[in-house]
Amino acid sequence: MEGKGIAVEAIGLAIGYNDTKRRKVVQSNVNLSLMGGEVTCLLGLNGAGKSTLIRTLCGFQPPLEGKVLLRGKPLSSYSQSAFAREVGVVLTEKTNAGGITVYDLVSLGRHPYTGFFGSLKENDHRIIEEALDAAGIWHKKENYVSELSDGERQKVMIAKVLAQQCPIIVLDEPTAFLDVTARIETMVLLRKLAKEQGKAIVLSTHDIDSAIQMADNLWLLSKGKAVRCGAPEDLIMDGTIGEFFSKENVVFDNATGKLSAAVSQIRPVGVRGDFNTAYWVGNALVRNGYTPSQPREGIMNITCISPSDIQVNLPGGETKKATSVAHLCKIISEFPVTA
Amino acid sequence: MGNYRKAYWILLAAFVILFLGNLVYGAVSIPVNEVLSILAGKGAEKESWNMIVLNSRLPQCITALLAGAGLAISGLLLQTLFKNPLAGPSILGISDGANLGVAIIMLYSGGLLGGISGGAYFSMILAALAGSLAVLSLIIYFSRKVRSNVMLLIIGIMIGYLASSVISILNYHAAADKVHQFVMWGMGDFTGVSVEKLPYFASFTIAGLVYSLLLIKPLNALLLGEMYAANLGVKIKSARISILLCTGILTAAITAFCGPVSFIGLAVPHVARMLLGTSNHKHLVPVTILSGACIALLCNMLTVVPGSNSLLPLNAVTPIIGAPIIIYVIINRRNLQYFN
Repeated sequence: MEGKGIAVEAIGLAIGYNDTKRRKVVQSNVNLSLMGGEVTCLLGLNGAGKSTLIRTLCGFQPPLEGKVLLRGKPLSSYSQSAFAREVGVVLTEKTNAGGITVYDLVSLGRHPYTGFFGSLKENDHRIIEEALDAAGIWHKKENYVSELSDGERQKVMIAKVLAQQCPIIVLDEPTAFLDVTARIETMVLLRKLAKEQGKAIVLSTHDIDSAIQMADNLWLLSKGKAVRCGAPEDLIMDGTIGEFFSKENVVFDNATGKLSAAVSQIRPVGVRGDFNTAYWVGNALVRNGYTPSQPREGIMNITCISPSDIQVNLPGGETKKATSVAHLCKIISEFPVTA
Repeated sequence: MGNYRKAYWILLAAFVILFLGNLVYGAVSIPVNEVLSILAGKGAEKESWNMIVLNSRLPQCITALLAGAGLAISGLLLQTLFKNPLAGPSILGISDGANLGVAIIMLYSGGLLGGISGGAYFSMILAALAGSLAVLSLIIYFSRKVRSNVMLLIIGIMIGYLASSVISILNYHAAADKVHQFVMWGMGDFTGVSVEKLPYFASFTIAGLVYSLLLIKPLNALLLGEMYAANLGVKIKSARISILLCTGILTAAITAFCGPVSFIGLAVPHVARMLLGTSNHKHLVPVTILSGACIALLCNMLTVVPGSNSLLPLNAVTPIIGAPIIIYVIINRRNLQYFN
């Protein structure tokens, strides 16, 4: 266990670029803390400074102002090799490692601990095996990296970080190129590592759904706004997430925790009945520009008995029967309801 | 895991055969047992055979194996550093840079190649080193500007052309005998290093080869890219400078003594990777050194025209071996692990 305390703390941090030509502040007065044993997701639209913050936390670029404390000590006080034992990274950088085996790649994680020629001792081999096992990629250890799927490659990079034995793990969009199942698998793996090994894990992502589902903490970044932190549920219920992600045509629904296309006018349709059918009928209604609501007089009401038996009561009193959601959509489109 | 042992055995066997082959095979035919007896210090039936083997063929052999190993390592270092399997000292214009350095010295400061003073070789090597490092720094500068590997290769080729055109201009203004000398040198050969010159040549190339063995750890980390390597504790700036210096020293010394030798640096690392089945530098560096030595020895043998007293230029032979390898690699890149 790596401990539950504060692993990384940012105080009055300003991040951005300081070239010889110009100084560009992306975010200023950022105050954050990253806890051991927790998964934190960094959310923000493109240009909000996610990558800049990640790079600053990884030590790849210096902060413009303020300071980053790594387990209580300022980041600048760490030598490069000492830092390599504290913070492990998984990046989106393209690697050239197709021609080495999974085992060889994960063994690169032992670099900060090995001698001049990088020879591995018995202890190193044991740690590498454990890392492969914890990341769920042990069965592929003899394979070439080029033979792996994107999801497996991500697991290998995570195994590399584990072999690096860092209490803090920073991942830059680890789920960006993955399909849905690999995305969920990666998130589940990261949660497991945080809970079982007490790692402090922060990852940037565009995937609001899984962040809300899987993160203990969210960091919200937005251009020109102060950074907000908190548990996803708290940030949803106090309206912060809605405020961060809503745009003219996109709204965040606090009830479902989903972003969706904004509806220009509210056209309520009553829905009741079997929970599962009603849920998906609601989904179809939203897509077609209606708002599912409590059944009442004077509007179209839908009674869901089973997925193949859906009753539609039109405002005029007429009743129609739909045998599927597709059928239902067709019926609704023939009787447009205005608000 | 047994793969790398096999590679070492194959290469060692090939090396011994090619080394002896080079001593036995030549314009003058000398029986194998005579060669072995000369090597054992017992002398030969004819005194001239003794002379040929010890003063001509043996230094040529050693030159070829060191030059081949050095060029191959330069190619490997460049391929890893630029994350580009088609990089090499000649294609990136580095040999041309060294060439230009040599041209300035050779065409404008007296017939140094004929002389045997240590200082003369030294100034040749320094000029070649200055030229190759200048081109290397230019390539590094452009690698920051263009992200595409292919574009960087094209820039390297362009720099090579520029260096060649400066050399042509220098040639135009130089004395005819020096131009002739320079053109002969430009065809590349392993025969130019005499017994007296060999220690200078050998000390530079062996230093470069040992240097490359010390770079195995950062080279492996660089397979993941510079950011990952930095996170693993590799000091990127000094690693990059070390790699470039090593490449520069090897390319410069070899170009100064043997002329610009093409294709070995580009093709041999691929042979080594295919033989070994991994791009882990722990074994790739030594296997590349051995493969480079073997292929250079093979090329050197092929320059001997059977039944004739003359030699083919080295650069007429290296593409015959190197070009098909590169074409094979490009065509099969989807099946080669290290490309993906």
